[in-house]
Amino acid sequence: MSTPTKDPLPQTFLPLPAATLHILMAVAEGDRHGYAIIQDVEVRTGGELKLSAGTLYRSIQRMLEQGLLVETRERPAPELDDERRRYYRITPLGAAVAKAEATRLAKLVRWARGMGFAPAKA
Amino acid sequence: MRFYRALLHLYPASFRAEYSQQMCAVFAERQTSWLAASWDVLRNAPAVHWDILRQDLRYTARTLGRARGFTAVAILVLALGIGANTAVFSVTDYVLIRPLPFPSADRLVKVWENLPGYREMELSPADYRDWKKLNTVFDDMAAVATGSVNLVGEGTPERIEAASVTGNLFAVLGVKPLLGRPIISADDQPGAPLTAVISYALWQKAFGGDPGVLGRKVNLDGTSYVVIGIMPAQFGFPDQRVELWMPFQFTESAYSDRNNNYLEGVARLRPGVSLPQARANLTLVAGQLRRQFPKELENTGATVNALHDELSDQSRLLILALSGAALCVLLIACTNLANLLLARALSRHKELAVRTALGAGRERLVRQLVTESMVLSLLGGVLGVFLAYLALPILTRLVPSLPVPGVPSIDLRVLCFGGIVTALTGIGFGTLPALRVSRDSDFKGLREGSRAGTGRKSSLRSALILIEVTLSMVLLISAGLLLRALISIQSVDPGFRTDGVLTLQTALPLPKYDLVAKRTAFYRQVLSQVHALPGVSDAAYISFLPMTMGGGIWPVDIDGKTLDRAVGHSASLRFITPGFFSTLQIPLRAGRNMNESDAQDRPQVAVVSDSFARRYLPGESPLGHHFKFAYYDRTIVGVVGDVRVRGLERSSEPQVYLPYQQVPDGYFPFYIPKDLAIRTSGNPGQLLPAVWRIVRNADPEQPISNVRTLAEIVQTNTAPRSVQVRIIVAFAALALLLAGIGIHGLLSFSVSNRSSEIAVRVALGAQPRDILRIVLQQSLVLAAAGVLLGLTLAYAAGQAMRALLVGVTPGDPATFLIAAALCLLMTAAGSLAPSLRAIRVDPITALRAD
Repeated sequence: MSTPTKDPLPQTFLPLPAATLHILMAVAEGDRHGYAIIQDVEVRTGGELKLSAGTLYRSIQRMLEQGLLVETRERPAPELDDERRRYYRITPLGAAVAKAEATRLAKLVRWARGMGFAPAKA
Repeated sequence: MRFYRALLHLYPASFRAEYSQQMCAVFAERQTSWLAASWDVLRNAPAVHWDILRQDLRYTARTLGRARGFTAVAILVLALGIGANTAVFSVTDYVLIRPLPFPSADRLVKVWENLPGYREMELSPADYRDWKKLNTVFDDMAAVATGSVNLVGEGTPERIEAASVTGNLFAVLGVKPLLGRPIISADDQPGAPLTAVISYALWQKAFGGDPGVLGRKVNLDGTSYVVIGIMPAQFGFPDQRVELWMPFQFTESAYSDRNNNYLEGVARLRPGVSLPQARANLTLVAGQLRRQFPKELENTGATVNALHDELSDQSRLLILALSGAALCVLLIACTNLANLLLARALSRHKELAVRTALGAGRERLVRQLVTESMVLSLLGGVLGVFLAYLALPILTRLVPSLPVPGVPSIDLRVLCFGGIVTALTGIGFGTLPALRVSRDSDFKGLREGSRAGTGRKSSLRSALILIEVTLSMVLLISAGLLLRALISIQSVDPGFRTDGVLTLQTALPLPKYDLVAKRTAFYRQVLSQVHALPGVSDAAYISFLPMTMGGGIWPVDIDGKTLDRAVGHSASLRFITPGFFSTLQIPLRAGRNMNESDAQDRPQVAVVSDSFARRYLPGESPLGHHFKFAYYDRTIVGVVGDVRVRGLERSSEPQVYLPYQQVPDGYFPFYIPKDLAIRTSGNPGQLLPAVWRIVRNADPEQPISNVRTLAEIVQTNTAPRSVQVRIIVAFAALALLLAGIGIHGLLSFSVSNRSSEIAVRVALGAQPRDILRIVLQQSLVLAAAGVLLGLTLAYAAGQAMRALLVGVTPGDPATFLIAAALCLLMTAAGSLAPSLRAIRVDPITALRAD
């Protein structure tokens, strides 16, 4: 409902909830509707993470408000479309936030590895 | 799928509107199980609600922070409303609602005799014994009588409040001591060793909390008692002032006189027996005894009250009236805020319309507005509870003496009450404006600019103002009636002069002072030395000073005619030392004063009051007449002015004064003069150290108690009432102020809305007079309607508290007129600024702006 006038710093969103990062990754490859995001996440994680409808749309609502996503009006060809679907696109802020989170996690893993907590780099 | 759709209703409507279709699609495609779907909704719906709440709270903080003046006024108004109710509730809860601290307290009852004109009279030991034996509704019945005793030998001699009890009292109440054992039936047999149970407070104060006090002997009124038990800190019976309990030991002679009434009956109902059943049974028992002792018990009946309801109607009414007034203040505060919020919401019409245009549904707008009002009421509630905490010490003065520990406080119950009031308030004043505004929040707001939404909403606002004016009228009139009653009571002539009189008690213990000669020596020594103090003009002793004791009433037999005490043939009995009338400046109307020659062996004489002469010897000179009173034949030697023995509010029996030397040895221990009054030209308080020395000189073991001025005694008499009046007057003033603000707000709003209409009228040649008429019409019609409604309701309120309105009728025209005038004045004051603004509307500017 509130439309941010100036993009806040990506760091202010960290740490991101896991679901949020997964959704950002799903829409980073192209516009996706909700069910496609769920499937994408499931495939990427090899079935380890199955987003529920509630978790997905709650996250989407929050991400829309935060300006990490936008709903796009571009739709696929009518024969491929279902009019109930809505399509979401990642914003530059969303991409910056995903990148910042990935950097944060990488740093964390590096430190953990330094302590001998994590497996060596593949 | 239908089940899933229903489940989705747990989400906020705005979320549902946005995503429910997609969620249903996902649900269908993934073929989710019911269990997983339910769990998903139950987990996520609260989180979505919380997300929205957080957002709304942030938004609220911003909007309220921008409108600081509005926020401050709203919070203050709410705090006053919630604070008033919380404070009054803490007293109401303490006095009227909370159960007494005894097991199965609802089965405990107080038992009284009654006579026409006396609804509650103590029992005589003989009646107590018979009622206890003959009733079929009580598990057991006990009796108690309060008094005071001198505790000597534990530091400074001290006068303490004590109660004599039958051996079964503690069992009937169901209480156990903290240490030792209670008084039991074996203790109240004549000849049994004398025992005493002490309060926790006395244990700490006089014995330093030493458990070794059990089994120790203490000197009470010169007699030795063994301490057998210490009660827990919260116990106090019949009220919290009592610090010591000792057993009665009735001998057969105690049961001989059925008119010697001094016992309060306390009983525990058998399980399953109702109060009406108990009343019916006791009435039967009283009737049976009446037939058996027709002369002594003529017209004597029985009264049974639940112990919890054992409170004077006046105390109850005082508190209920206060609760009503506090509720009025809260309602006015709520209406006022509803009005403020409505005005604010309307002025935010554009903002709301923009939000609607951006996709916010009605539910989201209502939610936002209700969140704002809840935040306001929560802040108001917190401040209100704090205000209540500050106000409690004043309200505590309304509390009568009760067997309940402590004083009213802001405890969990009171906090819960405050919380509920706060929540209801927030919902009450917030929802209506929110619903009303959101209904119209569409693009009209953008099109019509600031003038959007006048018609219906202005009628809603008018209705709110009408409620405010009506409630203010009710409060104003109630306050006015109570104030007039207080003034009329305080202007009652007590029959004596109160200024410059110090009073205190030296209760002489028996059997040490059994004999008149011994007491006379004490009184003479004390009085002569007090007389010699600088500034002292008079000093005297009396059994009970006026307004300190309502009892001591005896039947009067005049000139051999037996008169029935049941039809009011009674008079109050007081023994006095010479000089009593001059000390209190009670005028001598005829005959002579008491003097030292009215000794034990001289004829029994009496000085009577004017009303005694008028009632019993109308049209005759009372001097020289004989009458039988308190066992003896007495001759009237003087007549004095009437005194308000029972206080300023109640009518008093005629008074009979007897000389102190004619208290027969061994009789009337209750009436032995103990109240000392000293009239001085100086400051009464400064006499105390000297008087203390004089009393100690006369008897080093003699304590002094109840030190106060006569003026304080009279003030105490009306203290609860004057506290109540002050609070209600404050409530009424607050109500008036709030209603004035309300009218000001309504008119300001309507003038600014109608500025172009006014401008057109001015341009067409309307005079300021005409403009004024248009503006004032609205407020005057509302005020007049509110005043009329208020008059009706206030009359009903006056009827309900008739018992408090001494000397004033519930329809007192002066009060009604003044209240109506004040209301109209308030309307005028509230209308002033908006009216001036209307007159000053410049047609050119106003029309151009449009």
